[in-house]
Amino acid sequence: MASAIAPHSDERFGLDRRITLLGPLPLDCGAALAPVQIAYETYGSLNADKSNAVLICHALTGDQYVASTHPITGKPGWWQRLVGQGKPVDPDRDFIICANVIGSCMGSSGPATINPATGEAWGMDFPVLSIADMVRAQALLLDYLGIGTLAAVIGGSMGGMQALSWPVLYPDRVRAALIIASTARHSAQNIAFHEVGRQAIMADPRWRKGAYYADGEVPASGLAVARMAAHITYLSEAGLTEKFGRRLQDKSGADCDGSSFGFDADFQIQSYLRHQGISFVDRFDANSYLYITRAMDYFDLAQPYDGVLANAFMGTKTRFCLISFDTDWLYPTAESRRIVHALNAAGAEVSFVELSSPFGHDAFLLECPEMNRIVDGFLRAGSNA
Amino acid sequence: MTTLRPDLQIIAENVSHGARVLDVGCGDGALMAALRDGRQVRARGLELNPGNVSAAVTRGLSVIQGDADTDLADYPSDSVDYAILSQTLQTTRAPHLVLEELLRIGRQAFVSFPNFAHWRIRASLLTRGRMPVTRLLPENWYNTPNIHHVSIDDFRDLIAQRGWTCDGEWFLSGGKPTSRGLANLLAEHAVFLLRR
Repeated sequence: MASAIAPHSDERFGLDRRITLLGPLPLDCGAALAPVQIAYETYGSLNADKSNAVLICHALTGDQYVASTHPITGKPGWWQRLVGQGKPVDPDRDFIICANVIGSCMGSSGPATINPATGEAWGMDFPVLSIADMVRAQALLLDYLGIGTLAAVIGGSMGGMQALSWPVLYPDRVRAALIIASTARHSAQNIAFHEVGRQAIMADPRWRKGAYYADGEVPASGLAVARMAAHITYLSEAGLTEKFGRRLQDKSGADCDGSSFGFDADFQIQSYLRHQGISFVDRFDANSYLYITRAMDYFDLAQPYDGVLANAFMGTKTRFCLISFDTDWLYPTAESRRIVHALNAAGAEVSFVELSSPFGHDAFLLECPEMNRIVDGFLRAGSNA
Repeated sequence: MTTLRPDLQIIAENVSHGARVLDVGCGDGALMAALRDGRQVRARGLELNPGNVSAAVTRGLSVIQGDADTDLADYPSDSVDYAILSQTLQTTRAPHLVLEELLRIGRQAFVSFPNFAHWRIRASLLTRGRMPVTRLLPENWYNTPNIHHVSIDDFRDLIAQRGWTCDGEWFLSGGKPTSRGLANLLAEHAVFLLRR
């Protein structure tokens, strides 16, 4: 037996991997998923005692391309500011895994993949998922990769929900959890915004109860509107004012001098949002958007514990670090504090910082040296302990 | 441990090995790091300033950004051996309630504070007739975070009035230990170890 595994000579490891696991994966809704397709990437090398695995969990519309070029958009990895050589999560030291969540559309099982019972795309016959189901699928992947315990699990937004769920579902499989700009439950306001998005998709005549895969006539208008509404919640009012204000599109001069007195995109913010919506539909499946937003809405980590969040973490040995941003009104600091309170009550080792940023919820994806320093310090502390 | 502030040095020397500690107002975590490295203490911190929290987390410490006046209620009773409040008491809105919380959370509590009845402060107020600005209290009256100045005798009165037990007291002048006698006049700084 070699003293170290060489991941790049092992077909389980590397960029753009796809694996079909037999399952079945029992789901919270009562159904079971089989087989389970998982698309994932790994960076770096698993060390001899398999102690350096770091799982990155992606957000609602994220994917496994955390630190490599996106195959559709051609854009750099979505968290290259945090993950990469010389970064806090470093392939020279860490063995990094990022998997597309089940329900999504970048290669993992979801409504656009084939239902083995019919030979056609699942559509709305795909079982309704929970955040815990996504985590259980990740655990299945770790089993396949031969990884028992994670050095750390890291996630922002919906990724933070998964990172927070990991030590609850698998207390012996994760030494440290880093939860950024996230929450332990979806609020009424969170659910409300998601409902707007879902209704926009379902109101699109091309949605056809989700059965649009055969002719490729996708509900692009509905999905674009859903993205536009959601995108507003990722920004802050101050950030929007600074970036766009009331400035007009392609016209010089201030205020209303260049208005069309029609319904074109006069304002720069309109044009920006429309662009966000239109470019999103090229890379995302409308049904996946329905399933994942639903999973987020159902998320309430305290629910199986009679509503007492602290009980979810009782006896935990995992170290926790939470980071929130002061202008994030989607998952505001109060939600992180609620988690911290529960972790304290459970006697867990926990750190928490609220960072200042003008960029709202999106701040976790943007350049933030302070966040990088904290992540680095928190992860390194684990290797000394 | 050589670079610790003198009051922190006293606390560090009197925390037992392997104890559980909550450092309220832990700053950049200097005391916590010393306790962890020197005495295998399981230390947690609470700190208001986000820059300080970041610095402490970067040192591998478990520190939560929060306010002693409002966030101590989140901690379970008897969850640590020592709760520590160093040079923070005089900045709190309700010092007596913060102390109650410390003694609820910890079996014992270390409290250190600058003594407002030190002779130099008395002399300054007497001769100049203005709010004293000293080495330990360097801010002007309008921008000082120290909103509840306290003397050693005031603090002893509070201990008696609340029925707490004093398990130890240390006094400092110019960073050096000074005697108990006339401490209220001669000590710049006091450290108390309290118990319910």
